[in-house]
Amino acid sequence: MEVGQMQRRLVDYTKSLFMEGFLDAQFLQLQQLQDESNPDFVVEVVSLFFDDSEKLLNDLTMALDQPNVDFKKVDAHVHQLKGSSSSIGAQRVKNACIAFRSFCEEQNIDATLRCLQQVKQEYYLVKNKLETMLRLEQQIVAAGGSIPMIELGF
Amino acid sequence: MAVELGDEPHVLAVDDNLIDRKLVERLLKNSSCKVTTAENALRALDYLGLGNDTLEGTVSEVNMIITDYCMPGMTGYELLKKIKESSVLKEVPVVIMSSENIPTRISQCLEEGAKMFMLKPLKQSDVKQLKWHLMKCRN
Repeated sequence: MEVGQMQRRLVDYTKSLFMEGFLDAQFLQLQQLQDESNPDFVVEVVSLFFDDSEKLLNDLTMALDQPNVDFKKVDAHVHQLKGSSSSIGAQRVKNACIAFRSFCEEQNIDATLRCLQQVKQEYYLVKNKLETMLRLEQQIVAAGGSIPMIELGF
Repeated sequence: MAVELGDEPHVLAVDDNLIDRKLVERLLKNSSCKVTTAENALRALDYLGLGNDTLEGTVSEVNMIITDYCMPGMTGYELLKKIKESSVLKEVPVVIMSSENIPTRISQCLEEGAKMFMLKPLKQSDVKQLKWHLMKCRN
């Protein structure tokens, strides 16, 4: 596949992530912060997000598995995850966290367990999508091409 | 604190969230600021020379402090108060960031002397605004 085709495929794929609500405008902010002097900024931040999120999801699973659930602790973890997903533009994860927090406030164990499943689902979905997108970018760069900038207004 | 015009302003960014620290650092560096990050208020106080663990001769000059509001242990609001209580540091502009838009929180911080309150997630336009304020303070 030649570079032009790969670039078009990447643009279409990235646009679909915005259309489907996986990513929001904050992700564009991240891309705009990447330049020749910081060529790996997006990969670095996204990798940090993956590591941080997986740890938080483990902590959440453990916290909700206790005989006496400490909802303050659960809420604190969800707050962190909401923050980082918001900062990178992972919209669906962020929204799942917002719902999660309201059930933490109610101290509703069944609902919070469901929310945890929901957040995990959204997280693994966006992780998969981002990894695919970054792989496409890598292929373009390896073939000597540049990564096209997504324009707002679609 | 006398600072030469044309020098890169030095900003201390305080946030317990690793991703947010990375983002604010990049945003500030993109606006030609020198950046030091701290993962909580106590470390920030140490860095500023107000902490219990500050070593002799390691206090650094800082032109602005930007801090998250919600942090475990000491909040950004409590950090703001400590800075404003210090005769050495009270003139340093402090900016509070939060992911939550709570009017009482905002007015509380501004009343305590915060220069600005910014909603997270931060964008480039926010940091440009910040830099403009910073340059204004220096002149």
